[in-house]
Amino acid sequence: MGIFNKNKTKVEKVYLDNAATTRVDDEVVKEMLPYFTEKFGNASSQHFIGQEAKRALEDSRDVIAKSIGAKREEIIFTSGGTESNNFTLKGLFFSFGKEKNHIITTKIEHDCILNSCKWLETLGAKITYLNVDSEGFIDLKELEEAITDKTLVVSVIHGNNEIGTIQNLEAIGKICKKNNVYFHSDACQSYTKIDIDVNKMNLDFLTLNSHKIHGPKGVGGLYINKDVKNKITPLFHGGGHEFKLRSSTENVSGIVGFAKAVKLMGHKDVKEIGRLRDKLIEGILKIPNTNLNGPSGSKRLANNINIRFNNIEGEAIGGFLDSYGISSSTGSACASHSLEKSHVLTAIGLSHMQINSSIRLSLGKFNTEEEIDYVLGILPGIVEKLRKMSPIQ
Amino acid sequence: MVKKQEKNNFNAYTKAVLKRFTNPQHFGEIKNPDGVGQVGNPQCGDIMKIYLKVKDNKIKDIKFQTFGCVSAIASSEALCEIAKGKTIEQAKKISNQKIVDKLEGLPSVKVHCSVLGSSGLKKAILDYEMKHGKSSFKKDLGEKLYKKELEKLDKEANGEHH
Repeated sequence: MGIFNKNKTKVEKVYLDNAATTRVDDEVVKEMLPYFTEKFGNASSQHFIGQEAKRALEDSRDVIAKSIGAKREEIIFTSGGTESNNFTLKGLFFSFGKEKNHIITTKIEHDCILNSCKWLETLGAKITYLNVDSEGFIDLKELEEAITDKTLVVSVIHGNNEIGTIQNLEAIGKICKKNNVYFHSDACQSYTKIDIDVNKMNLDFLTLNSHKIHGPKGVGGLYINKDVKNKITPLFHGGGHEFKLRSSTENVSGIVGFAKAVKLMGHKDVKEIGRLRDKLIEGILKIPNTNLNGPSGSKRLANNINIRFNNIEGEAIGGFLDSYGISSSTGSACASHSLEKSHVLTAIGLSHMQINSSIRLSLGKFNTEEEIDYVLGILPGIVEKLRKMSPIQ
Repeated sequence: MVKKQEKNNFNAYTKAVLKRFTNPQHFGEIKNPDGVGQVGNPQCGDIMKIYLKVKDNKIKDIKFQTFGCVSAIASSEALCEIAKGKTIEQAKKISNQKIVDKLEGLPSVKVHCSVLGSSGLKKAILDYEMKHGKSSFKKDLGEKLYKKELEKLDKEANGEHH
């Protein structure tokens, strides 16, 4: 193993899979803890303990609403991104599917959008999956041409989870408004990393998530424009929580943690993450025969890196990195359950071989410059060794 | 066995896999090999190439080149460890299960990597036998049967993951 430069022995674990999930901030945990014990109330109860929980719930709603320019009553809390995305598409289809059964989305959505669409197709929905270019951007003209008088909603992921492409929501929103169709975006990866204004972007629905921003798992949010709110069919029927849109006793501790995580994410963090991202990309691209998948600069999520190491397999690189305490991922974390190739990398035009040669590194606010240097010290040796093992030269 | 499989699905890789993956001793090319076998294709994700040096009907040296994941590289290395020093007859009998056992188990979705190893070796032996006139096939039918056998091995190698 002499070929590896392992001089930075101080670094033990480098977590570079923040697009999968993030470490919960200690301050978030601190904020949450009382809501398990002394402030354990059910926010629907009329007594003091219940009202204390209710206040915490509504204060949290305020925080989320303000962060995207929405009104307090336009935010509902859910169990996470998957639920928010499912609710938007299914809820709209259940309400309007008879008159308007056409949904427009893209080929690079998260599986929870794509699989919801596939399921809705079995109920009679017609889905258009928009193409993307080699950097993952949709073509606005193609979008506009796809809209018909049957179109119900356009759903486009804001920041892509695999290759970091940031779509122009403002431009898409204008097209949706002009054509009088609902506009939804999945902002799980972009939330708090890019400024979002639901009015400026003309959004009707926006999916938000806590565990990608150093908050707890199992909590998310959905912005629903007040004009649509009383028209959408809920997924959960019950006691009428969350403006009768999502019954189930509120996960107060989780919601409080979510709001705290949002308060803690600042522009300064994002700028620093972006700087480290560019340093890491620049260093990796010095290794011969490597390419960046997806766009660069400000059109890319500040924390996302996806690199193709030609002629060797990404999973093997990941295995080596893991043996050095560095966590990476091939494609998305969910895709690792199966051996299916990434639909996102397929959509940007990569071959099977190129897809298999790609890995994703995603940063978070806890990554340090020292960690980036450590990775850059180790990665060239790993690539060299694997290339020596490869039959493809 | 069931327990072993379950354990592997959580831990992903055994120590026996990781040891061979991070520090393989048999990777690289053999110059002027007596037999070469390549299996897999980019569609499946993995490509494995096995090189043989044969002396006195025994595998004197064996090396691999693999484009593949952790399991594929570990399977290649385990195969080389098992095959080295074996007679051709013994080597032909090496099954993918032998490789899995050497690795103390593979995650169920990765068992096909061991199949690449066993069929890669068989293909390399076939190549050796054809090149050195050791083939059991009759001379006039040799080429045809040889190709048929190669196809069979390719199918075997690719079969598990389609």
